[in-house]
Amino acid sequence: MSGSAMLEVRDLSKHFGNLRAVQGVSMTVAHGELRAIIGPNGAGKTTFFNMISGFFPPTQGEILLDGQAITRASVTERVGMGMARTFQITEIFPELSVRENLRIAVEAQAGMMRRFWASRSEAAAVAAETDRLLAQTGLTPSADRLVGELSHGDQRAAEIAMALALKPRLLLLDEPTAGMGEHETYQVASLIRRLHKQSNYTIVLIEHDMRVVFNLADRITVLEQGAMLADGTPGEIAANPAVQAAYLGSAE
Amino acid sequence: MSGHATEAPPVAAAAAGGLPRRLAGLAVLWLVLATAPLWMPLIGGYDALATRVLVLGLVAMSFNIVLGFTGQMSFGHAAYFGLGAYGAGLTLKFIAASTPLALLFGTLLGGVLGTLFGLLIVRRRGVYFAMVTIAFGQVCFYVAYKWNDLTGGYDGLRGFQRAPLHLGLATIDIAASSRVFYYFVLVIFALAVGAMALVLRSPFGRTLLAIRENERRARFLGIPVERHIWLAFSVSCFFAALAGSLYALLNNFADPLALHYTLSGEIVIMTVMGGMRAFWGPLLGAAVFVVLQDYVSSMTENWMSIIGIIFMLVVLFFPRGLLGFMQRRDAR
Ligand SMILES: Nc1ncnc2c1ncn2[C@@H]1O[C@H](COP(=O)(O)OP(=O)(O)O)[C@@H](O)[C@H]1O
Ligand SMILES: [Mg+2]
Repeated sequence: MSGSAMLEVRDLSKHFGNLRAVQGVSMTVAHGELRAIIGPNGAGKTTFFNMISGFFPPTQGEILLDGQAITRASVTERVGMGMARTFQITEIFPELSVRENLRIAVEAQAGMMRRFWASRSEAAAVAAETDRLLAQTGLTPSADRLVGELSHGDQRAAEIAMALALKPRLLLLDEPTAGMGEHETYQVASLIRRLHKQSNYTIVLIEHDMRVVFNLADRITVLEQGAMLADGTPGEIAANPAVQAAYLGSAE
Repeated sequence: MSGHATEAPPVAAAAAGGLPRRLAGLAVLWLVLATAPLWMPLIGGYDALATRVLVLGLVAMSFNIVLGFTGQMSFGHAAYFGLGAYGAGLTLKFIAASTPLALLFGTLLGGVLGTLFGLLIVRRRGVYFAMVTIAFGQVCFYVAYKWNDLTGGYDGLRGFQRAPLHLGLATIDIAASSRVFYYFVLVIFALAVGAMALVLRSPFGRTLLAIRENERRARFLGIPVERHIWLAFSVSCFFAALAGSLYALLNNFADPLALHYTLSGEIVIMTVMGGMRAFWGPLLGAAVFVVLQDYVSSMTENWMSIIGIIFMLVVLFFPRGLLGFMQRRDAR
């Protein structure tokens, strides 16, 4: 692996007027690491993601992707450099079929999106990759249904599949199991585990389900009121008295 | 798929299992258009009315690239249509008595000005986009209205005639025969909508659907949203200007009302009435609009209120438009 981290965030802050949504957070995510970010509602987790992914610029601080400064890069540029994300509230193309949703993402990744035609072999390659993603995320049975008419869990899976279509070097997942039942949560968690363990993705995961977090994460970052409360392995975080007092104790 | 066939939503089902039916539909459509001069008289129509359906159908389909496929509210599309009409008319009047040249210059005038204007507006959304596009149309309207020497002002641009086509050995007299002209317009229409279909079914075309469906997701797939809206708008303007050029040839006349927001509104009505989610919807809407307008305006001055009532009923009872409704029923 190269010397630099996959993602490095230095002293990142975001202020909305008087509100310090994120305040001086630093974090380093190694290649192939699965990092979980936890913290109570309103802690600033999504805001942190929004700055990393380029949704809005930070008030202060720096972001480096694989050693390259991207603090002021546009969303399009960041995606081009290998970043993909999902949202806490699912962002998909509701009136298109699951297959069409994925096809658009696959074509975007293949650099075909400004093309007015595709050769037969290109179209076949896109279709094959789309089928692979459908199978990988368990969506093959509903491939030709409108994605807006799927269950909540399948819509979340479709959004993850679209992010995967981009072949990201860094995958940001904002509460992928939010609003899911027991079974769906288990399915998403095992998909993330496979992505991490078998395909070696670098993943930053915001997650409220502590079983998922402590089962999957290599390291955990805890945010509280915009600031970083702790950062360590699952064992260290579980043993951290400040975390227990501020978060785990009240949550369980 | 089989396990889900019964519960599959109609739209997806139509797309998945409907290829033969789609081809049959296309065959019927082109047969109807190719024979229009023969049967139009039976319902009280005539060649020029059929040509009007094609021309307004073409501008509505062009407009729908922006509205139905990209999801942006452009409410001033008469501007590019009218610029096309003036471009063609001015070419015939002042440059050369050549129909191809008139079409070329008309299409370029509306297409290029629309493209440049598009650069200024791609960051606007929703009602702001709508207002700015209407305003541009009105600017064009007032220029045509006031620039008497060039455009003929309020009375419109007269004193030009579409010229016969010279194709090497043969000459096709589209000038004298309205029927020959209909078939000439049909050929141009076919080429234009063929090109449109290619664009919309391409990878680029799918990025437009993506932007319509969810701009945020499109952006986070790496699609440069503003640039693609601009390209879609540009393509739409060129086709609209081509339709406008044909309109000037049809009437041997161009007037400021071809630029006016009233016409822009009518284009919206045709498109929504016919079905903005269907490729052919705007053509059906234009046919209904143009034929109704012809009938009703011969009976009463208030033809617009009749059209308005029909439009309201369609929107209330068939929110996907006439064609959208027919396709849904078809798929069940
Ligand atoms: N775009 C915004 N404008 C103003 N305030 C915001 C914005 N986004 C988030 N906030 C505020 O910032 C704080 C952190 O929110 P968020 O990052 O969504 O927390 P979390 O994801 O940890 O629940 C909240 O108080 C929220 O209301
Ligand atoms: Mg959040």
